[in-house]
Amino acid sequence: MNDTTLINTTMNHAKVLENSRLGWLLNDVAGKRLLTVVLAAIVIIPLLNLLVPPDSFFHVSTYTVGLLGKYLCYALLALAVDLIWGYCGILSLGHGAFFALGGYAMGMYMMRQIGDRGVYGNPLLPDFMVFLNWPELPWYWYGFDNFAFAMLMVLLAPAILAFVFGWLTFRSRVTGVYLSIITQAMTYALMLAFFQNDMGFGGNNGLTDFKDILGFSLQSDNTKVALFVLSGLAVILGYLLCRFVVASKLGRVLVSIRDAESRTRFVGYRVEHYKLFVFVLSAMLAGIAGALYVPQVGIINPGEFSPINSIEIIIWVAVGGRGFLYGAVIGAILVNYGKTFFTGAFPEVWLFMLGALFVVSTLFFPQGVVGIVQQLKQKRAERTAFRTVAQQSGASTESTPANDSKILQEPAP
Amino acid sequence: MMKTFLNIVFTVALALLFSPAMAEEDSFAQLLNELGGTNLSKKATALDQLAQLDDERVLPTLEALMNNALYQQKSDNQFVFAESAADGMKITSVVTGAVLDEAVSSRDLRKIITNNSLRSRARNLVAATRLMNKKAEVREAAALELIKSPNIEFLQPLDNAIAREKVPAIQQALQVARGAITLDHPDEIERLKAVQAMDGFEHKQVITLLEQRLQKNADGSFVEPSALVRTTAQEVVDGLKKSEMFYKIIEDTFFGLSLGSVLLLAAVGLAITFGVMGVINMAHGEMIMLGAYTTYVVQLLMPNNIGASLIVAVPAAFLVAGLMGVIIERGVIRFLYGRPLETLLATFGISLILQQLVRTIFSPLNRSVITPEWMSGSLEINGFLSLTYNRLYIVLFALAVLFGLMLLLKKSFFGLQMRAVTQNRAMASSMGIRTGWVDAMTFGLGSGIAGIAGVALSQLTNVGPNLGQAYIIDSFMVVVFGGVGNLWGTFVAAMGLGVANKFIEPLSGAVLAKILMLVFIILFIQRRPRGLFALKGRFVEG
Amino acid sequence: MTIQFGHIPKHILYVNGVTVSFDGFKALNNLSFTVAPGELRAIIGPNGAGKTTMMDVITGKVKPTTGEVFFRDTIDLSQHDEAEIANLGIGRKFQKPTVIESLTIFENLELALEGNRGVFRSLFHKLDGDQRKRIDEIVELVGLAEKRQWLAGALSHGQKQWLEIGMLLIQGPDLLLVDEPAAGMTDHETSLTAKLLREISGERSVVVVEHDMEFIKALDCPVTVLHEGRVLAEGTLEKVQNNEEVIEVYLGR
Repeated sequence: MNDTTLINTTMNHAKVLENSRLGWLLNDVAGKRLLTVVLAAIVIIPLLNLLVPPDSFFHVSTYTVGLLGKYLCYALLALAVDLIWGYCGILSLGHGAFFALGGYAMGMYMMRQIGDRGVYGNPLLPDFMVFLNWPELPWYWYGFDNFAFAMLMVLLAPAILAFVFGWLTFRSRVTGVYLSIITQAMTYALMLAFFQNDMGFGGNNGLTDFKDILGFSLQSDNTKVALFVLSGLAVILGYLLCRFVVASKLGRVLVSIRDAESRTRFVGYRVEHYKLFVFVLSAMLAGIAGALYVPQVGIINPGEFSPINSIEIIIWVAVGGRGFLYGAVIGAILVNYGKTFFTGAFPEVWLFMLGALFVVSTLFFPQGVVGIVQQLKQKRAERTAFRTVAQQSGASTESTPANDSKILQEPAP
Repeated sequence: MMKTFLNIVFTVALALLFSPAMAEEDSFAQLLNELGGTNLSKKATALDQLAQLDDERVLPTLEALMNNALYQQKSDNQFVFAESAADGMKITSVVTGAVLDEAVSSRDLRKIITNNSLRSRARNLVAATRLMNKKAEVREAAALELIKSPNIEFLQPLDNAIAREKVPAIQQALQVARGAITLDHPDEIERLKAVQAMDGFEHKQVITLLEQRLQKNADGSFVEPSALVRTTAQEVVDGLKKSEMFYKIIEDTFFGLSLGSVLLLAAVGLAITFGVMGVINMAHGEMIMLGAYTTYVVQLLMPNNIGASLIVAVPAAFLVAGLMGVIIERGVIRFLYGRPLETLLATFGISLILQQLVRTIFSPLNRSVITPEWMSGSLEINGFLSLTYNRLYIVLFALAVLFGLMLLLKKSFFGLQMRAVTQNRAMASSMGIRTGWVDAMTFGLGSGIAGIAGVALSQLTNVGPNLGQAYIIDSFMVVVFGGVGNLWGTFVAAMGLGVANKFIEPLSGAVLAKILMLVFIILFIQRRPRGLFALKGRFVEG
Repeated sequence: MTIQFGHIPKHILYVNGVTVSFDGFKALNNLSFTVAPGELRAIIGPNGAGKTTMMDVITGKVKPTTGEVFFRDTIDLSQHDEAEIANLGIGRKFQKPTVIESLTIFENLELALEGNRGVFRSLFHKLDGDQRKRIDEIVELVGLAEKRQWLAGALSHGQKQWLEIGMLLIQGPDLLLVDEPAAGMTDHETSLTAKLLREISGERSVVVVEHDMEFIKALDCPVTVLHEGRVLAEGTLEKVQNNEEVIEVYLGR
């Protein structure tokens, strides 16, 4: 329990601000710093890309912008997972499914945007449908030529799946590892389904060869930078939303469910409603992350549903620091940077590293990077405190003896 | 004079003693020589005469001829059977049966010239010869062969065989074979007899033959003109179809059970580590993979003994995977007891490391594990039902593993200690049981069994670094579905899912069947979160 | 969220012929008893007598196999789940103290404070002055005022017990079920706890399950003895202590 103690001591140090309307944000010092960094990044990096000439030392290549944009999508996904795992104790091994569904919704929109510019030049049917001799567009592809409808689906498709799955699962009180295993089965089943050509989502190859989004070419640097900025904004807004949730009374109910589910029930909270709410919210965030991810990487295929992808998200959160929203963001960026670096430099080593990361972080750093930093800070604080106490030498009688209650002050019968 | 006389006596005596053999010897060699000639009609006669000989060498010779495997050595015109071997042709003397050379160049051999009609003549003769063979199974196989390709030429040999045949089953097969030929006999009575002979003979070909007779010609008339024969044929077909369906169900069930056995093998180790110890071992699939690779290595080490390699691989795989299990338990899992979600993550990390390790050592490509001869082929029950040996062995093997495990848990002292530790760790510890040791051994046992499963799976699927990944989700589903902590439940769940899968498959396709199974289990867990055979009562809440 | 009725009910709790069986084992066997409004009742019994199962049945965790359980005469508790029963006005303290260790004492009480339990209400929830006052009162009552910003996980065993009782009180229930409140407490703490429970009964009914006879004596209330899932004896402590059957069960004669 030491780990969670840490979260809350920091949370409570700043209780002074509790009454202000924005207390939920102002109390969060590390969060504010993180948001500032992300904000700075989405202002400065585009400038360095678009305005600084390519031969300058300060130029940031479009490739790098795309890479950073991808990390930001992962960061949003990690936030979604941390919200349910870190705060409500739901370890979902299928969150990649919600990410992929959001991605597919976006992919379907961009597929329809191709129009007659496909290889087969069919104005209505995407190439793979022409290839498979589909006579007409399946009904579930209708409406995806409309951007607003597609964006609605980015939210609704994951939300509906999460709602149905969560409603069934939480109501019958499937918890802990059982829940983890069936979330994994869920994404696995979806992966098998999406691999089928008959599903009408492009089978193995998925959706790709996108041309443009809202009329902006996906090849242009401006569009890429804009997508990066949007991803950054999504992370900021997602963070604020999650922060608002966890700092509210609802957030404390979630923690209470995580720590003592049946106690929470006996206090009168409908645990399944709370879980369902946060699960659906988290699925929608994951869907948004997927929708932003697909135009930046240019493809979505059933591999995104594979169970290993979902488990990787967990490791980002674990490395960053479970139960700290900013930890999730940091973890996602760190691990993915490591992945990019090692798969490029030593591809053989990367899986060893990732595997070791799982083992080491669970064994030695259950609170991740954030936990390590906090421990160091606390040690320093203790040292300072010790010095102050020593200087005051006995003057302090602040500490509360155990027997100071109203009842206990009365003489024993 | 004396010398001449003795010579004559000796010759006569010899001739008296060996005359039949000598005569056969002469005629076999002589007829063989005629096959080597160029005159095709002479060859045909020679073939017919060869077939008349009562000589064991005749059959292989005819078979070799029809398979284009009969040669003469150019050097001495000796007749040989030739087959491709590693470094050329392996040749065997037709006359003596001795292996002459393992690696002779095909340029030193002359093929016996045949044509289609000669080969088909040889085929017929082979069939007729087989029909008279001393061994019952050869005769039966020959009869079944003839049912598949009825030919009027065989009528006579068949009648001869029917007259001689004593075994009722073969007698029936011969009658059916004869019927297959006389189905289009001009005489109605003959046709009716033919149809009646086929009644109840369980073979797919019989149904096909009869259905052909029941069809209509292009001009609308029936192929079979007689209404009586048609009705009889229809009855026979209906009866056969009924029993075909019955055997189809048996076959599907058997397929399902064999699939279930694979699931059982994959899951039963998990039933120990997850069910008994409560450890979520995501590296379980990699233990299976290690077992499969152990099989591969064992085969590399004993290339001349593939048949025995599987038997050796079973204990070897158990030790390799079991040892790895003990290392994982002592190195990682023991620090994480009571934190199932953390265990899940750590063991997942281990699974990544093991996969990459195998990729680094053995390459990312699939390795091929050889199937020994005793595992291939199938057990023919009748014309409708044949069970392949590899599936049969998998079912038996899975049952043996399960039974052995149950015995170990219920009857052995180790099993007692294990149950003591899982039920009340503190009490077991205070009674002097080394709980750490028991944990390690239990985990090793579960992993070792996964390794054994790997040996079996190496016979069914490709052995590659991702082998384990394919089974881990299935295994968890089986254990959860069956009810955690209950080996019997695991058994029922595995077999149930296997059979159900096989019966859904034809309706929906293999992938959809699998998806449906997953969805079913997800929904099932909502209804009964603790599985089929859940423990009830106050001890459930962990 | 106490539902106010026009009249005072005859029984706050009415348990009639309740049987609970797990795979043939009867944890409760035709159990019947009643609790009057404002009554303080102690329930004792040897291990496995069915005390915890009885609590589980009343709070909706376990459904009775047969029999009926009514709250305030008219509410059939077998038709409700845990959260609904809690909101009807039944509070439960577990045998092992369960407080939310990673929240502060203040936050623990805030969670338990009576009020709307809906998801969206709690998302936009703000404590008002009255509610703060109520939390302050309770925190004072259970003697944890100075530690209100401590994490509950940092409390001693006895203090957790009190915090949990505080959480029960702030829920504003009509019936409190308290499972072994004195476990792990010093003699002094035990007698203070007994005093607290005596004080809070009257306004509401309190059912205490306990092993500690000194504690029961200090409660000074009617006692129900359970054995093998049914009521063995009922009455004052003195009366049940002299009951032949009870002596037999406890001393195994």
